[in-house]
Amino acid sequence: MTYRHRHLLGIEPLAPSDITTILDLADRYVTLNRASDKHGDALAGRTQVNMFFENSTRTQASFELAGLRLGADVMNMSMQASSIKKGETLIDTAMTLNAMHPDLLVVRHPHSGAVNLLAEKVNCAVLNAGDGRHEHPTQALLDALTIRRSKGRLHRLTVAICGDIAHSRVARSNILLLGKMESRIRLIGPPTLMPAGVADWGVEVFDDMRAGLEGADVVMMLRLQKERMDGGFIPSEREYYHRFGLDAEKLGYARSDAIVMHPGPMNRGVEIDGTLADDINRSVIQEQVEMGVAVRMAVMDLLARNLGKPMQTARS
Amino acid sequence: MSQTLQVFENARLIDPEAGTDSLGALAVEDGVILDRLPPRGQGDWIDCGGHCLAPGIVDIGVKVSEPGERHKESFRSAGRAAAAGGVTTIVTRPDTEPAIDTPEVLEFVNRRANLDSAVRVLPMAALTKGRAGAEMVEIGFLLDAGAVAFTDCDRAIVSTKVLSRCMSYARSLGALVICHPQEPGLSEGAAVTSGKFASLRGLPAVSPMAERMGLDRDLVLVEMTGARYHADQVTSARSLPALRRAKDNGLDVTAGVSIHHLTLNELDIGDYRTFFKVKPPLRAETDRIAMVEAVASGLIDIISSMHTPQDEESKRLPFEQAASGAVALETLLPAAMRLYHAGMIDLPGLWRAMSLNPARRLGLDSGRLTAGAPADLVLFDPDAPFVLDRFALNSKSKNTPFDGQRMEGRVLGTWVAGRQVFAADPGSPAA
Repeated sequence: MTYRHRHLLGIEPLAPSDITTILDLADRYVTLNRASDKHGDALAGRTQVNMFFENSTRTQASFELAGLRLGADVMNMSMQASSIKKGETLIDTAMTLNAMHPDLLVVRHPHSGAVNLLAEKVNCAVLNAGDGRHEHPTQALLDALTIRRSKGRLHRLTVAICGDIAHSRVARSNILLLGKMESRIRLIGPPTLMPAGVADWGVEVFDDMRAGLEGADVVMMLRLQKERMDGGFIPSEREYYHRFGLDAEKLGYARSDAIVMHPGPMNRGVEIDGTLADDINRSVIQEQVEMGVAVRMAVMDLLARNLGKPMQTARS
Repeated sequence: MSQTLQVFENARLIDPEAGTDSLGALAVEDGVILDRLPPRGQGDWIDCGGHCLAPGIVDIGVKVSEPGERHKESFRSAGRAAAAGGVTTIVTRPDTEPAIDTPEVLEFVNRRANLDSAVRVLPMAALTKGRAGAEMVEIGFLLDAGAVAFTDCDRAIVSTKVLSRCMSYARSLGALVICHPQEPGLSEGAAVTSGKFASLRGLPAVSPMAERMGLDRDLVLVEMTGARYHADQVTSARSLPALRRAKDNGLDVTAGVSIHHLTLNELDIGDYRTFFKVKPPLRAETDRIAMVEAVASGLIDIISSMHTPQDEESKRLPFEQAASGAVALETLLPAAMRLYHAGMIDLPGLWRAMSLNPARRLGLDSGRLTAGAPADLVLFDPDAPFVLDRFALNSKSKNTPFDGQRMEGRVLGTWVAGRQVFAADPGSPAA
């Protein structure tokens, strides 16, 4: 079992074997997390710093818990409130923090590429917890783990990703990961929420739920940001729900054993019907949250094993 | 009688006017090119060692950060960089702080330039006050003070009414209006060109169609007003048919392109490398090829460096927040050699776009090797290889996208009005 990267900046640089390595280890951490004694020691003595330049409750809590369960010392820094307001640049912040010798740096930032920039300037392992519209690799990994445990495989599945693809880092990371694992990807949404050049991504694009969901094994819904709902990208919330909101009827177009996923937090009645989201026979949304902790434990464990080893490039 | 008589012998003469590239000699007296050679033994004979001798480059659109940001580039450093790059005339941009929009600010620029610059400096002025796109500048007074063209640089004038009035007024004075063709609404906030690359990187993007829309609008206004118009940068294949049509219809229209859009494409941005962030953003490879072909065919008239100094702080930021622009006075010639070595444009063709056409557009008599033209000359070896080290540049700012890249083409010597302003090293044949 090898994982030869210094950071986790995105899914893009990972090989399929890297992904399998992470998911296999995460499976073991799922077992640990379900036991009554949840303590591991893979990160004992390590310092983990969570730097969130953008609001997050769920992801930050998940990373924090993952670190604590493996014995790390965890510090949370909420960066919107602090020095950024005083005019300090991202690089200065990174250098300051670097001088305190953290081992694992978990970063979320509103600008694409900001985490890559930061990773060039520090000595520790950097985990991307979401940068702009670029990538959110641990979300894609936890989604993959959820799918693999439900479907028994990651290859030759038909996965439909629905909603605001254009602004979604979750969609980008998932498309990259599922493509590497040789699944078939469909994107469904209004053209105003599709990224330019999407036709070159090796995916199928639909603006109709019925055609897009037909025969799908997995239905992945994306959150629609409040600020995009009124007039700018779509005419209204209710028209969006009518055309693209997932309810039992639309799910009927997919395979009868199709699972429903959502990265959270959900807008019930906008992109997904509340009853469907809670249907334990179809929805794996709660399981995604559980897998999130296990995947983050696995990634941090693997990165900690590589600390201090010579690595090829900052990129990987 | 002559104060200075120089003969450049054994030179490969690149003559963009005649379109020739041939071995020969060139005589210069008192800073002016002569029509015949003096007898041997008379004057100062310089053996060019078979290297290329061409008219000095006339570079329209150089940002010298005076006034306002002298730590990024001064007339002294820009002049040194230009001389080292074979650029003998820099035509400066008014997008300084404050903008060059009054005769008084222009006087300051002229004074500083005369004091410090090793090469000729011709200033452009803003087209609207503060480049705000609302009120036109004193075009008449600024012309009298020496402004060679009027431009709001990369800020496209949003109001069609304002731009049409500016053009009408400029036309009555024969002033050249330079615009940045871009539809401002579509391109707002964009950092890269839209497409697969931009989407995968998650960066805000603009379609190249925004350039075409901007150009279409400008050309309609030119048709309405009869203004003399130059598009500073045409970078997309989609813009070319409109340009062709305007020229065929006899409008007084020319177009430029930056050397970066001829030698780099969007994929060079790679992992958010902010030194590759320029305005308009780098395009797809198909667009790059189309631009090179348009320069070769003469549809695009002028190649510029679009020299834009930025300090480290304004580039060491997340890509969206980082400043746009790249320094290029010293890399213009070696980058252009890539097009020559790729067999896409010959040397007279390149010098037509880098020297003759810009000089003609501004009504200068430089850009030629003809008798009576000023002896603004560059001697260079088109094949000399080197690896670019950005810290070796003369510019105060080091933001070049070519850092660490293998290049070919070295300037050996530069002369302005017959006076040598740059020599590669004392051992070179140029010394």
